[in-house]
Amino acid sequence: MLLGGTGLASARGRVGSTPAGSASGTLTFGSNYSDEIPRTAMQAVLDGFPNDNVEVRVNTVDHNSYQENITNYLQQPDDVMAWFTGYRLQFFAAQGLVGDITDVWEGIDNIGDNFKATCTGEDGKQYMVPFYNYPWAVHYKPSLFEEHGFEIPTTLDELTALATEMQGAGLTPFSLGNDAAWPAMGTFDILNMRINGYQFHVDLMAGEGEWTSDEVREVFATWETLLPFHQSGPNGRTWQEAAQALNAGETGMMLLGTFISEQFADNLDDLAFFPFPEVNPEHGMDSIDAPIDGFMMAADPDNEEASKEMLAYLATGEAQITYLTLNPGSVAVASDADQSGYTDLQLASAELIAETPNIAQFLDRDTNPEFAANVMGDALADFLADPGSIDSILSDVEERKQVIFT
Amino acid sequence: MTVTSTRLRPDRRSRVRQFSTADRVALTLLIGIPTLIHVAFVWFPAVATVVLSFTNWNGIVGVGGIRFVGFRNYWEIFTVFESDVFSAAINNGVLVVFLFLGPTAVGVFFAYLLDKNLRGGAIYQSIFYTPVVLSLAVVGFIWRSVMYSPRQGLISTVLGRTAPGNQIDWLGDRSHLLSIGDYGLSKNFVAILAAMAWRHVGYIMVLYLAGLKSVDTQLREAAAIDGCNEWQAFKRVVFPAMKPVNVVVGVITVIEALRAFDIVFALNSPRGMELLSILVTDNLIGEGGGNVGRGSAYGVVLLLLCVGFITWYLANHFRREQAR
Repeated sequence: MLLGGTGLASARGRVGSTPAGSASGTLTFGSNYSDEIPRTAMQAVLDGFPNDNVEVRVNTVDHNSYQENITNYLQQPDDVMAWFTGYRLQFFAAQGLVGDITDVWEGIDNIGDNFKATCTGEDGKQYMVPFYNYPWAVHYKPSLFEEHGFEIPTTLDELTALATEMQGAGLTPFSLGNDAAWPAMGTFDILNMRINGYQFHVDLMAGEGEWTSDEVREVFATWETLLPFHQSGPNGRTWQEAAQALNAGETGMMLLGTFISEQFADNLDDLAFFPFPEVNPEHGMDSIDAPIDGFMMAADPDNEEASKEMLAYLATGEAQITYLTLNPGSVAVASDADQSGYTDLQLASAELIAETPNIAQFLDRDTNPEFAANVMGDALADFLADPGSIDSILSDVEERKQVIFT
Repeated sequence: MTVTSTRLRPDRRSRVRQFSTADRVALTLLIGIPTLIHVAFVWFPAVATVVLSFTNWNGIVGVGGIRFVGFRNYWEIFTVFESDVFSAAINNGVLVVFLFLGPTAVGVFFAYLLDKNLRGGAIYQSIFYTPVVLSLAVVGFIWRSVMYSPRQGLISTVLGRTAPGNQIDWLGDRSHLLSIGDYGLSKNFVAILAAMAWRHVGYIMVLYLAGLKSVDTQLREAAAIDGCNEWQAFKRVVFPAMKPVNVVVGVITVIEALRAFDIVFALNSPRGMELLSILVTDNLIGEGGGNVGRGSAYGVVLLLLCVGFITWYLANHFRREQAR
């Protein structure tokens, strides 16, 4: 609460530098920032919108429901809506469900081309403004590592040795909560990119690689050796609960996006991460998942002028920093964002993203939405429940992939 | 009932078989409007679903983008996605049996007790009915976070199973309690049956209670005078007198079981809890949606199951009726 208060004040203080536009009327704003901390932070951003003639009506929907209903929602959308960049945007842009905001981008000079590319549809037009991104990495509590004298692992062997050591100390090495079936995709992605490299990931996601190939089997074989180090029964545990187990010192590590910090609000100083260790020397640690969240406009918004003003505002460093001060789990994509208020975690995130050559989005953002939602989520949950059945799981995935990608 | 119909009979015989204009207008409106609404909102969607199940359409581009693909969707469902559809059919079937034996019976029992004008009856009634009116998000929160959370849930806490290595994965454990070949009844589905029962009991209770209020108290008094005990009075007098309500309760139970959706959806539809309605929505409106053809094909499978069950149930019922 105290944090919320100061953040709001600083947000107001910075507003002066963005010129207020000429739009007026009501702007509807669809938000999936539904947990308490993100919701408060997003409200602060909207409160900071410089044009007082526009009344912003926020429609906040539970994060998972928002995603699950997106196809329906886009047919009666709000003017400006939260969404994810990459394939997951392009798919809907190609259906004509998302508004072209190329002209907004003409005024944006503070966001890099790599980000712009993920906001661009197959037709070369821009459909989103990115807001922040965050790396997926292995989180841990420095105090716990210090207490037991654990060392940061840089190879899979070291990771396995560390996990064994943790078990010896009475800890469960890895937290894992796979309720809603997406968190395990992060584990799959990083193992796949560590073992087979970034390009293999891209091809596989595009429906080109074979899921029954030796490369993919190798990923699951490696994963299976790590499974005994994870919390049992992950499919019924939310990531929030898994993160709390890490916070409580019951587990030693957790692979997740840095938004894990939402569960460490009381204990933010005791949270750090390291990139997932090297598995195959050929690829080292040259790729990570660092998904980008942002905002898009309805194909036919009720208030186009205000929508575009809002999107331009959201692309500013100030708007992003307003959010990230209150919810310091991610890092701004705007180059003019004032990083002086960054937490250690945010500085480390920015550094990791900057020094990693290949940035993937995330399994469910890099591939066909139907394939991710209806096939991969189930397949990975099945693998976690019964790793021995991986052969039949993968042949099912391959069979379904061929139906979906035709 | 009997009294009124005898009183009506002489009227009916002497009725002039011509309607006035006002009568005609009234009749047309009273029958026409409901018929129109029924056709528009029941028959049209049902027929459209069947038609769409033979097409390939993403639901986004205009209807001009609909292409007919014959039985391809059905072929895909039963050869490529067969594990989903069979698991779902088994779970829906289990639900039919479970709801009849458990919550429907309990709901009827509760209604019978409440009908005795217990002290605080209205309070009990409200308590049992509350689950029916709670929103989806609340229901999801209650069962995922309050009841079944492995680390801090009520049930795990009561059982003392919250320690890190000792937790029970209530909602995620899809291993089979009972196996039928590759398929079976998942443990987490059994766990969620409790949540389904929690909602269904209140629904049936209110429905049955309303029916019980209409049973003539003299019937019961007569039964009591004849020396019936409580069970005999219910079985031989009240239950038969409730026949119309019984049919409705039976049909509603079947329908509820086959269209079961909300609680599982609110829990992010974990593996092991496949339901036909979830497959339909996953394909229609989910993020993986935009697959109207396959979604409709699942819908048709569900429709056939519903119609099959209801026809069987009603036919059975009327046959018994005639045998008497």
